[in-house]
Amino acid sequence: MSESTPMAPGTSDTLLNPAPPLPPSPGSRPGKAEKPASLWSDAWHDLRRRPLFIGSSIMIVILVVMAIFPSLFSSVDPTQATTCQLATARQPPSAMHWFGKDNLGCDTFARTIYGARVSIVVGITATIVTALVGGLLGLIAGFAGGGTDTLLSRVTEIFFAIPAILGALLILSVFDTGNMWTVTLALSVLAWPMIFRIMRAAVITTKSQDYVVAARALGAGKSRIMFRHILPNAVTPVIVISMINLGMFISAEAALSFLGVGIRSPEISWGVMIADARPRFLEAPSPLLFPAAFLSITVLAFIMLGDAVRDALDPKLR
Amino acid sequence: MKKTAADVLPTEGGLGNEPLLAVDDLHVEFTTRQGVVKAVNGVSYDLRAGETLAVLGESGSGKSVTAQAIMGILDMPPARIPKGAIRFRGTDLLKLSEEARAQIRGQRVAMIFQDALSALNPVFTVGWQIGEMFRVHRGMSRKDAQKRAVELMDRVRIPAARQRVHDFPHQFSGGMRQRIMIAMSIALDPEVLIADEPTTALDVTVQAQIMELLAELQRESNMGLILITHDLGVVADVADKIAVMYGGRIVENAQVHDVYRAPAHPYSKGLLESIPRVDLKGHELYAIKGLPPNLLDMPPGCAFNPRCPYRQDNCVSSEPPLYEINSTRSSACHYWREVLDGSHG
Amino acid sequence: MGRYVIRRLLQAIPVALGATLLIFALVFALPGDPITALAGEKRMDPAVADALREQYHLNDPLLLQYWYYITGLLQGDLGTTFSRVPVSQLLVGKFQVTINLAFTALILEGVIGIGLGLWAALRKGKATDTAILAVTLLLISVPVLVTGFVLQLVLGVQLKKSLGIDFFPVAGAFEGWRSYLLPGFVLAGTSIAYLTRLTRTSLVETLRADYIRTATAKGLTRRRVIGRHALRNALIPLVTYLGADLGTLMGGAIITESIFNLNGIGQQLAQSVYLREGPVVVGIVTFLVMVYIVANLIVDLLYAVLDPRIRYE
Repeated sequence: MSESTPMAPGTSDTLLNPAPPLPPSPGSRPGKAEKPASLWSDAWHDLRRRPLFIGSSIMIVILVVMAIFPSLFSSVDPTQATTCQLATARQPPSAMHWFGKDNLGCDTFARTIYGARVSIVVGITATIVTALVGGLLGLIAGFAGGGTDTLLSRVTEIFFAIPAILGALLILSVFDTGNMWTVTLALSVLAWPMIFRIMRAAVITTKSQDYVVAARALGAGKSRIMFRHILPNAVTPVIVISMINLGMFISAEAALSFLGVGIRSPEISWGVMIADARPRFLEAPSPLLFPAAFLSITVLAFIMLGDAVRDALDPKLR
Repeated sequence: MKKTAADVLPTEGGLGNEPLLAVDDLHVEFTTRQGVVKAVNGVSYDLRAGETLAVLGESGSGKSVTAQAIMGILDMPPARIPKGAIRFRGTDLLKLSEEARAQIRGQRVAMIFQDALSALNPVFTVGWQIGEMFRVHRGMSRKDAQKRAVELMDRVRIPAARQRVHDFPHQFSGGMRQRIMIAMSIALDPEVLIADEPTTALDVTVQAQIMELLAELQRESNMGLILITHDLGVVADVADKIAVMYGGRIVENAQVHDVYRAPAHPYSKGLLESIPRVDLKGHELYAIKGLPPNLLDMPPGCAFNPRCPYRQDNCVSSEPPLYEINSTRSSACHYWREVLDGSHG
Repeated sequence: MGRYVIRRLLQAIPVALGATLLIFALVFALPGDPITALAGEKRMDPAVADALREQYHLNDPLLLQYWYYITGLLQGDLGTTFSRVPVSQLLVGKFQVTINLAFTALILEGVIGIGLGLWAALRKGKATDTAILAVTLLLISVPVLVTGFVLQLVLGVQLKKSLGIDFFPVAGAFEGWRSYLLPGFVLAGTSIAYLTRLTRTSLVETLRADYIRTATAKGLTRRRVIGRHALRNALIPLVTYLGADLGTLMGGAIITESIFNLNGIGQQLAQSVYLREGPVVVGIVTFLVMVYIVANLIVDLLYAVLDPRIRYE
């Protein structure tokens, strides 16, 4: 398994690889993936009492509602240019405009609320795409082994050699337009190998476990072994990392938009707002600080959720 | 002034007829997520200088936990010793300060472990690890310590010791690694050596060599040896007496030859009958039925009753005490007489 | 050890080749005319477009194009800007700034990350441990974009305004090493958190190892058991993680350099992206990826030095 070779610590990338590689542990984890049903119900039982889980779930629900129905939270529609008045630019926060006004005299609160959509859509879409692509390829590589595995593993090693933010920057700089979908595409192209590795390792571990060997000996078909026995066990680590990745995608979207290759004005995203507010930031910080705060809280919510789920599924590390 | 091991406890005298080491009614429990696990429930045994005691039992019987309690290397918490005493030369180790215990550990009472590969530090040379005993406890220079390490490696018969002293543990074979473990443990001439399954991880031929080495070292130094094992076959030639453990308790205490001649507890009997014997070639090998007890959910009465061919109603209702059979022998079975007679009740 | 080194070197070559091929493919093999795309919204002089087509051999088959690109790369040719200045020349002087920033970040990461991680591991399950883990959660979650601006405002501006402390310059590299402190910390933020967690896990795992029990049974003090026996083992993955992070930090410096107006490679990259100078972007990214691969290679070799199990393979 390439995960336990010394290559592993060197191939992580701060932006999209949230889990630092663990040192090789002498004993493997017996029983970790043996009984998926009780594992998940145990985890659920455990999760329901974790403040970290409850807190992050509530935050995520609010953010998702905000992304779907921003008008529930703000009476001002910032996508209408008429709502901005240049004369009131950089007004500090007030009872009327909670977060003050930005450089163009637009209401920062309304823009911040409407900015949630891009983050949530990019985050969720990129997570689903990477989980499907990386997961499927990882499943194939781990299950098939041999030449297929070698080829796919070599390809992912190449992807790991390119820091994600640089790769995304590169891809996006060749597109004429920047929007949610190009950003999602760029992030997905660079992040799937991570899920691939996790899935592949999990499949290889599960494959050699006694009950899978037994199922095979009893003559169960390939697809049956794959989907009934291996997948339910291998899917756990993928879900945990995906949740943490979701936060990282949101963070990366903001960074790319800030650099001018992601979402572009007049579309609203937190990264765009930060870039727009930047020139006058030191004199009028609120148009930058409020989207920045929302961005941080959103990323925090998903990473907290990932942490909570991982702790519940893998109590060994606590 | 730095305390030495001799300051903590006198080296000679005070023994009289007293044993060198006496474990008395020791209890050890672990707090886990699932509840309190009572790993050791009132174990007593003793050991004299030059004597070899074999502690026999399956994994989970509490034999290793008892040994770790003697060494004082249990992680506390989760472990706890609610009751009992461990007297070394008459002094209860459990009442000593951690500092004082550290002076006894390794110098007066030493231990070797089952898997020498994982028990030796992978990033230091074996010479460094053996020599550490002399550097830390005897204040020797690096060079002198290294020289002593070579001598010790010679003594445990590691070929080309002078060269191999610079090698790392993973460069040795399993048997050689265990010899290094032994060299390290006898470095400071301990009075008691505890060997926890020293040969389990080794090939049969190597097992015999290691046992022979241990016996020889013991004869030379007159130390007391506690040999922990699950394999009755290993102990026959080297041990003087046996303590058989089951479910955190001693079920039979006896001289080795007595047990071999006629066991007084159904569990000892089961163990004995499951050893392949040349004179019984062709007979079906006996196996003890059932599984070792769950320490979280011990059976009522005698812990062995679900697996016992001698079981009667009172085995479930009352826990048998350790019946004294004679001055050197005891059995925790209500029906030890029947077991001794060999008649299945 | 020789075999290990050779194997690692042989592994790095296809990865480097593959990475350049991937960069090449991402930029030039996409549908559409890459020259128009690279020019972005700018209108391009047809003569310049033709020259660029010539320069990138875009009329040749794809593999041949790649061959020209890779052979150029081996000679240190990272391409040229639209105004025909070699990209490598553009980076002279800027490399030093980025290196300074990355090393400042690396030192902060090592000191803070390992320190906090060891502290947490030795207080495992206690309040200190929980507090440190909470801090790492925050450090991981708050994007560089946010910590950069917030620290610039709080430590650079407000500290000066309210307390008269003018210790952290907010922009440029004119104050010597002090100029790098704040951006270095911002750049290191996430890495500090990961290193803290890795250190904690590593020491906790090591303390569970059999040889730690042996060391205790040898009668060593707890101080020596942890300080000599456990630490020496626990540090192996940390040192390698730190080494590999140098490449990551250099590649990730783009936002930090942009926020703190440090004239390094990252800022040049951000500017080129802003000016839509495609070839420069490709050249710089290629360069940073090479640095990243080399840093990883060095770390793998370092691993062999630290771990005798690999050294004597």
